Amino acid sequence: MTTQDLGANIPTRSTQADWAEEAVTEAAKEHRHAGAEHLNREQQVLERIDRARARKARVKEPRITLSHGAGGKATHNLIDAVFLEAFRNPELEQMSDAASLQIGDARLAFTTDSYVVSPLFFPGGDIGELAVNGTVNDLAMAGARPLVISAGFILEEGFPTDDLRRVVASMAAAAKAAGVQIVTGDTKVVQRGKGDGCYINTAGIGVRERPIELNAANARPGDVVLVSGPIGDHGVTVMLARGELDIIADVESDTAPLHELTAALLDAAPNTRLLRDATRGGVATILNEVASASQVAVVVDEDAVPVRPEVRGASELLGIDPLYVACEGRMVAVVPAEEVDAALAALHADPLGAGAAVIGRVVADPPGLVLLKTGFGGTRIVDMLVGDPLPRIC
Amino acid sequence: MCLGIPGEIVELMAGRDDFAMVSVAGVKRAVNIGLLEDEELKAGDWILIHVGFALSKIDEEEAAGAIRMLEGMGQAYTDELIALAQSDLSS
Amino acid sequence: MRFVDEFRDAEKARMLSARIAALCEPGRRYKFMEVCGGHTHTIYKHGLEDYLPETVSLVHGPGCPVCVIPMGRVDDAIAIAEQPDVIMTTFGDMMRVPGGRGSFFDSNAAGADIRMVYSPLDSLKVARQNPDKRVVFMAIGMETTAPSTAMTVLRAAAEGLDNFSIFCNHVTIIPAIKAILDSPDMRLDGFIGPGHVSTVVGCRPYEYVSRDYGKPLVCAGFEPLDILQSVYQLMLQVHEGRCEVENQYSRVVPWNGNAKALRVISEVMELRPYFEWRGLGFISQSALQVREKYAVHDAERIFSVPGVRVADPKACQCGEVLKGVLRPWECKVFGTACTPETPIGTCMVSSEGACAAYYNFGRFTRERVKEATRS
Repeated sequence: MTTQDLGANIPTRSTQADWAEEAVTEAAKEHRHAGAEHLNREQQVLERIDRARARKARVKEPRITLSHGAGGKATHNLIDAVFLEAFRNPELEQMSDAASLQIGDARLAFTTDSYVVSPLFFPGGDIGELAVNGTVNDLAMAGARPLVISAGFILEEGFPTDDLRRVVASMAAAAKAAGVQIVTGDTKVVQRGKGDGCYINTAGIGVRERPIELNAANARPGDVVLVSGPIGDHGVTVMLARGELDIIADVESDTAPLHELTAALLDAAPNTRLLRDATRGGVATILNEVASASQVAVVVDEDAVPVRPEVRGASELLGIDPLYVACEGRMVAVVPAEEVDAALAALHADPLGAGAAVIGRVVADPPGLVLLKTGFGGTRIVDMLVGDPLPRIC
Repeated sequence: MCLGIPGEIVELMAGRDDFAMVSVAGVKRAVNIGLLEDEELKAGDWILIHVGFALSKIDEEEAAGAIRMLEGMGQAYTDELIALAQSDLSS
Repeated sequence: MRFVDEFRDAEKARMLSARIAALCEPGRRYKFMEVCGGHTHTIYKHGLEDYLPETVSLVHGPGCPVCVIPMGRVDDAIAIAEQPDVIMTTFGDMMRVPGGRGSFFDSNAAGADIRMVYSPLDSLKVARQNPDKRVVFMAIGMETTAPSTAMTVLRAAAEGLDNFSIFCNHVTIIPAIKAILDSPDMRLDGFIGPGHVSTVVGCRPYEYVSRDYGKPLVCAGFEPLDILQSVYQLMLQVHEGRCEVENQYSRVVPWNGNAKALRVISEVMELRPYFEWRGLGFISQSALQVREKYAVHDAERIFSVPGVRVADPKACQCGEVLKGVLRPWECKVFGTACTPETPIGTCMVSSEGACAAYYNFGRFTRERVKEATRS
C-alpha cells in the first residue's frame, strides 16, 4: 500500500479495532476446512458465504438497535436466536404470520402485533386503523376469517385525550368495516418521557374454514408470484409525514383490511401456496422468506412491479428502494401457474386489488435467493434487508 | 452519496431568491439554488438535485443530443445488420 | 421520469454492447476503473456487467467517500456525539460505518442523540429549533457535496447560529486517482471519470491523467446507458490509439465546472496537508478542513477528540480491492468475517463499496443467474 512520505508529522500512534480482529479470527476457525477444491475460486467463496449464512443464528450485539425492528436480517436473527431458542415448540417454529390452533373441532388462527408508528396520524390513516387492519390481515394471510381482536394500550402521561378518542374512533370504524369485534383490552399509562404518546398491542383470533394450509415453505418451481397492488405507499407516507424532510407529495397510506380480497382469491385459486402481507421490510423481505423457507429461487421482473410515480420519485430522492418499503394493505400471493388468470381476475374485481400484477416466478435454482431482472435487462440479487432505512413505520 | 436526481423547477419562491420549488415525478421539495446564481433559472428548467441543493442546470440540448446520438448509432447498427443479412442471402 | 428513463433503454444498451464487443481485439483483456461510488452502485443495481463482453471488466476504485473514512475519525465523531448537549446529524449511509468501538447506530442505541438528515440544511433547521444544544453536522463526501456544506456554513454564519458546527471529512478525488496511477501494481486501460464531482470541478483537472499517464478518461453519468456509452467511448479511444479526457455527461457537467461552487468551497474551507484514506494510507492535499475565519462552526476546534488512528485488521485487503488489484471475492475475509451486516473494511461498509455492491447484487456467476432469469 502506498503511503506517501510526508515527514514526521503523521501520527504514528495507532490501536486496533478489537471487534474486527475477533471477527476475523472466529471466521477463520469456522472455515478452516477448504473443501471443494475442484470448484474455481469464485465458486469456493460463494460456498463459504452459503455456509456462513446457514450458520446457527446468534445475536452478538450487546444492545438492541433499531435494525432489530426493521424486519430484515437483524430481526430474523433476533427471533431465531433469542425468542425461538427460549420458547421453542413445533407451532412457533412455523414462523407464520398467525399460529394454527386446533381446539376440538374448531380450526383457529391466532396472531399478535404491536404498533409503534410515528407519527400517530398520517395521510390515509392513523395508528388505530393500522392496528385493526394489520391484525385482520395477519389472520387473512393464514386463510382465516377474522373474528375478534384484543386491544392493549400503553399511553404516555400527557398524551392528549382527544387524540386517544380519535385513535379509538378509527379503530371502531375499522373494526366495523372488517366485520370484527374488539372484545377485550387493557390500558396502562407510563410516565412522561417513557413512551411515545401511544403504543397499541393487539391479538386476533380467526376461523380457518378452508382446508387450505398456506405456508411460506409451499412454493414450488413453476409457481407465479403476484402482488395485489402498487407497493411502498405506506412507508413513504409515514416517512414524509414526519415532516423532517420538507418533501411534499400526494401520497397516502394504503392501510386496508384484506380479508375479503383473500377470500375471493382463495375461492378462485384454491391451490394458492401462500399469502403474506408486505409490512416491515417490504415485498423484498417476503420474497426472501419464501425463497429461504421453500428452498427455491424467486425471479422478479423489475418492470412488472407496480409502484406509483410519487412513491418512485420520493424513493429516488431519499435513496431507498421501494421493494423494501412497508405497505399496510398489500399482499404477495404465490399461486400455481394454472391458477394465475383466475387469481388475477378475482383480485381485479375488488377495488383493493385493482392494481394487482404478476411480478415474478419461482424457479429451482439457485435455492434461497431472490433475483431481479432489471428494467434495463441486467440481473442482480435482492438480498435480505440490512440495517433500517425507515424506522418506526408500523 | 453521489445521489443526484434530475428535477423540474415548478416555481421560483417569491422573496427567496436562493430557493425554488422543484418536482421529481410529482414529489415536491424546496431546493436551494444558490450554487446556480450565475444561471438564469425559470420555471420549467431542469436541474440536478443533490442533498437539497441544485448543483447544475441540465442542458436539454446536450441531453437531446446524447439521445439522438444513441439512436443514430442504433439505426446505423440496425442498417448494418440488415445489410449483412441481405448480403448473406444473395450469395 | 425524464432524463432518467431515456437513459435506461434496454434496446440501446444491446446496441452499445454489440459495438463494445466489436472493438475487442482477440486475446486482449481490458480493465477500466471507475472512481465514484454512484457508478459502482449503478453498475450493480442494473446488472450492467451482463452487457459487457467477458474480456472487458470494470474495477471499482476509491470513489465512495463514506467507505474511505478511517475508523479513528468515526471514533472522533462518536466522541463528539456522546458529549452531553450535542445533537449529531448525519447522512443515512454513515449510520452503520464501524469505528474502532462501534458505529453511530450503536452509539445511538447507547443513548447518544444522532439523527439522520437528507441535507445539511436540515441540520441547520435542527440547530435553529434547539438553541440550547450544540448541533454538529457530519460532513462527508467529495467535491460534489462540499459546496453544499460550505453554503450551509455561510448561512449559519449569516444567521449567527453559533450552536451549529460541522465535523469536516470532505475528501478530494484527484489526489486519490493520482495515488492509484502511481501505484506499481496498477494495470488499467482507462478511467470512467466521476460524474457529479465533475459538475463542480469540471473536466480540466483530469487532463493530467491522459497527458502524464497516458490513460483515457471519460466522465460518465449515472444511468446505465451513460456508463455503457462511456465504456464504448473508452474502447474507441483505445482502438484508435487516442488518449484524452471526454465528457459523456455533458447534459449535466460543464467543461469548466461550477465557478460559484468552487468559490464557496474555497471561502469556507482549505486543503489539509494530508489525510488518511482508509485502505490507501495517507495522501497529501486530499481533504478539506474549515478555515480559521469560520472557526466557530468547526467542530474540530470546538470539541476535543481522541484523534487516535485505528489500524485495519491485517486480514483486511481493502487497499488492494480499491486499487483494482483484487476482485471482491478474492479477499480472504469476503463473505465470512466481512459481510454487509458485519463489515470489516471500507469496501463492505457502504452499499456503494465494491464488496458490498458485489455481495448484495452481483454475487452469483453470471451464467447461473442468466439461466435462472431467462424468460
